Amino acid sequence: MEDIKIDKKLDIRGEVCPYTLVKSKLGVEDIEVGQVIEIILDYPEAAKSIPAAMLNYGHSVLKVEKINPKEWIIQIKKEVED
Amino acid sequence: MEFSEEQLKRYSRHIILPEVGGKGQKKISGSKVLIVGAGGLGCPVGYYLAAAGVGTIALVDNDHVELSNLQRQIAHSVKTLGVNKAESAKQTFEALNPDVNVIAVKERISSKNILDLIRDYDIVVDGTDNFPTRYLINDACVMLKKPLVSGAILRFEGQVTTILPGEGPCYRCLFEEPPPAGLVPSCQEAGVLGVLPGVIGALQATEVLKLIIGKGSPLKGNLLIYDALGVNFRKVRIPKNKDCPACGSDPKIKELTDLPEEYCSI
Repeated sequence: MEDIKIDKKLDIRGEVCPYTLVKSKLGVEDIEVGQVIEIILDYPEAAKSIPAAMLNYGHSVLKVEKINPKEWIIQIKKEVED
Repeated sequence: MEFSEEQLKRYSRHIILPEVGGKGQKKISGSKVLIVGAGGLGCPVGYYLAAAGVGTIALVDNDHVELSNLQRQIAHSVKTLGVNKAESAKQTFEALNPDVNVIAVKERISSKNILDLIRDYDIVVDGTDNFPTRYLINDACVMLKKPLVSGAILRFEGQVTTILPGEGPCYRCLFEEPPPAGLVPSCQEAGVLGVLPGVIGALQATEVLKLIIGKGSPLKGNLLIYDALGVNFRKVRIPKNKDCPACGSDPKIKELTDLPEEYCSI
């Protein structure tokens, strides 16, 4: 499978809801439509709620992966203007 | 502008709204709103706009806080009895949100000062209690093409409309001239349910925020009438009057005048 080009990386480890979503939303606002942001986080709830919220905003969720017992990475492709 | 950690927390419920986001919140922080009257309507309008983080809020009022105001004018308190209302509300709004620059203008608005007062603001809010001032604000906003969010209350009924000069009708398209003095009773004579200005003021603040973020449909060309007893909201269409003395094709009103003050005060 072809590697996805990451345009922005965002580290929100240590953040809890709703700031995980606040910072992810602002991160997506900072990239252009068609670009991809990779978010690393350690708040378990956010690994579910951020992908759901991003789909709701109209973006695509390319990947949700648990990379170790405490951390996840999520890749979001921006699909619509803010 | 970058958000501080404190601002991210304070405005988090705005930022996660798709219609607002970081971009919209920055627009709110950069906006300047002038509210005429720090009474029943001005208090809730200013309170919510301060909470929302509107960058600059000017309050124009030369009246002082009295005990009979406290049944509905929620930015004042027993601690500010006798204090100028604009100053009293400024203290309350700054305590709620120190991000906001609140300017207390302790003057009575008139034909002499209104253009200079509103010139530097993005949006004007009418929270006044009398017809001469309501018409003066309308005419000045039409002249300077300032968006105006107008509200009025009496007894159990209130009204709101948003006037966008050049795009929709103005107050004089609806009623060319103020009613004769004494025809419409004042709140002082007829009373007002204390919560009513809260409902109408919250609707005005909503209109202001929608204009700032540029989302939704403004209440342009419509008068929204709220009847608290029957729990009815009615939207009445206001046609633009091409012969309107303020905003028509050949306006008769070319300069501002002060009408006699034999009207009410809330």
